[in-house]
Amino acid sequence: MKKLFALVLSLAMIFALVACGTNNSGGSTNNGAANDGGEGGETSAFADLKVGFIFLHDENSTYDLNFINAAKAACENLGVTDYVLKTNVPEGQECYDAAAELADDGCDIIFADSFGHEDFMIQAAKDFPDVQFCHSTGTKAHTEGLDNYHNAFASIYEGRYLAGIVAGMKLNAMIDAGEITADQAKIGYVGAFTYAEVVSGYTSFFLGARSVCPSATMEVTFTGSWYDETAEKEGAQKLIDNGCVLISQHADSMGAPTACETAGVPNVSYNGSTISACPNTYLISSRIDWTPYYEYAITAVAEGTAIDADWTGTLATGSVVLTDLNTDVAAEGTQEAIDTAIAALEDGSLHVFDTSTFTVNGETLTSYMADVDTDPDYTPDTEAIADGYFHESEYRSAPYFDLRIDGITLLDEAY
Amino acid sequence: MNKQQKRFYISKRTDLPWYAAWGIRGAAILLALIVCAVVTMLMTGENPISIYATIFYGAFGTARRTWITAQELAILLGISLAVTPAFKMRFWNIGAEGQVLIGGLATTACMICLADKLSNGMVILCMIVASILAGALWGFLPAFFKAKWNTNETLFTLMMNYIATQLAAYYIIVWEVPKGAGKIGIINQSTEIGWLPEIVNQYLLSIVVVAVLTGAMYIYLSKSKHGYEIAVVGESQRTASYAGIKVERVIIRTMVISGAVCGLMGLLLVGGINHTLTTTVVDGRGFTAVMVSWLAKFNPIAMIFTSLLLVFLSRGASEISSDFGLNHSFSDILTGIILFFIIGCEFFITYKINLRKSAEKEA
Repeated sequence: MKKLFALVLSLAMIFALVACGTNNSGGSTNNGAANDGGEGGETSAFADLKVGFIFLHDENSTYDLNFINAAKAACENLGVTDYVLKTNVPEGQECYDAAAELADDGCDIIFADSFGHEDFMIQAAKDFPDVQFCHSTGTKAHTEGLDNYHNAFASIYEGRYLAGIVAGMKLNAMIDAGEITADQAKIGYVGAFTYAEVVSGYTSFFLGARSVCPSATMEVTFTGSWYDETAEKEGAQKLIDNGCVLISQHADSMGAPTACETAGVPNVSYNGSTISACPNTYLISSRIDWTPYYEYAITAVAEGTAIDADWTGTLATGSVVLTDLNTDVAAEGTQEAIDTAIAALEDGSLHVFDTSTFTVNGETLTSYMADVDTDPDYTPDTEAIADGYFHESEYRSAPYFDLRIDGITLLDEAY
Repeated sequence: MNKQQKRFYISKRTDLPWYAAWGIRGAAILLALIVCAVVTMLMTGENPISIYATIFYGAFGTARRTWITAQELAILLGISLAVTPAFKMRFWNIGAEGQVLIGGLATTACMICLADKLSNGMVILCMIVASILAGALWGFLPAFFKAKWNTNETLFTLMMNYIATQLAAYYIIVWEVPKGAGKIGIINQSTEIGWLPEIVNQYLLSIVVVAVLTGAMYIYLSKSKHGYEIAVVGESQRTASYAGIKVERVIIRTMVISGAVCGLMGLLLVGGINHTLTTTVVDGRGFTAVMVSWLAKFNPIAMIFTSLLLVFLSRGASEISSDFGLNHSFSDILTGIILFFIIGCEFFITYKINLRKSAEKEA
């Protein structure tokens, strides 16, 4: 008993000592500011700002990591020192609570990163009219009519299209090398849900590939989850077994890329490079860089100007980026082809959803009513085809292209 | 070594006064905090005092934080109350997660399908009935099979969780907005049909409901004939049937009550708090409730404190992760350490460690 007592006592003393020691030097760490904010910039308007960020998961998710990195970069670039990152906020009332707590703590602008946060951010925007709420990937800002609630997305279909060109050139190289015949140029795609964002993504990717490899076809399978490593791996494997010679995916785990690396099938990635894990099969990756949007919105608050209800990042704003072309795997001349396409997209001579490049049930479309204004009955409400192309991300920032075009086979549509 | 008598031996305590028991618990918490402080220091170099201050701030720092903590406490306590009668009967119900979720699913169904057919009051009435019935059904099925064919209730209730999750996942796809999103979003956000009424603020309703429930469950378990029957069945089913208690009936009745209370918690979660349904809306509380109930020795009043402790820790922990830029897992480590000590100290309350005389001399 005596020994135990002595142990407790000594532990308590160590504890007290340490506590006193660090208390003197530590200063106030309890003001809610993140410790890794940038130095300097004290004199600018940004120094007085407080910014809050809400993330669905933490940095272990590639999706959230992409946002977290952008948040830190934007704050550092602008000289915002007082910002709070709230991670692991579920898509329920917890999101409202997190937003309300951030507003209580004096945040001037609050961002959320996941689609399911939207309704709760709107609720918070109604309750805190003096705070700006910005929601990435949401669809309701343009119909909600709130001054302080905003959506943002990027024209990621352009990035997908460019990645598709890389895929098409790889297919051509495989045909030229005699590895496959032109008829066997079948692409596989692992999607999460039959959500417009995914449909828009795989269709633009496919159109990019077919623009350089006319015989290309595609099969798509869905996992019913944004992050399910096993399902994504199995989905990719199923596509490979079906005869797909190149795989891409729209889901957040490493499931599909690792399945490709194991099988030796080229892979076009999303949300960041997977070259370190898949050096022999990784081709290129497209992703959205959220830094420009964060900088735009924070600057608007600092200067007292209005933030767009719907903000669409583009190649020009630096929001749509391609990362790390793997020259060991990609075909010759790929970089040049990308550069040409980027120039054509930027000067308006090339449109991703050019109606002359695809058909639906064998017919070329001249009109299509898209479901732009979100409602429970999915009512089509906006004419999206004009001037010979489908106007994606123009009537709202989040994608609404949901056509099932010819050449793409959906293996399942359960989700 | 084997031949030597061991230096320590363990004996069961018979008459530990209550203050000594609480003294041991207090010491355990203190020790846990010290170990946490040391771990924090070694791993992160942060000042432990400011970590503790942040934990406290996260749970009670502002009026809103306090309200949210109280609301979280209410939900966890409510689910813990729900599983308690079954546990007292030695019926290992680990299906609270599914029972709450199915109650939430029933609530959601009423909110979505009846919104344009009935008045707000009628919708809420349907929600209450439907959620309680759904929860009760999820409790009834394993109990019925247990009573009739002596199936294993642990596996049965566990499997019922998965059925509830899959059903919820299915209907979320059916009701998703917009198409393909896999999310329902806030239900009736503009009309607020089927939203349980607010009293004073949006947090108080669940707190009041659970407060009433706590008192009712305390009386039910310790003062009513049913409660006595539950205790007897828990002690020994044979004694119970010898004493003329219809064991099968008690098992089924108790599990129906257990499930019904879980269903009610589903109603509060969906109709009163979230106004949406996700498969993770219960967030593991169906399992945490097991711990809350056990730590409190099935005493509803003591459960207030055990659930407060857990909610306090998890709320504070998430504050740490955002304030210090630490990963969320770090807060799980701290919670784990504290729980280890709290659960471990029960050993010292139940048993006494004796030192042999000879060993004492040596020391």
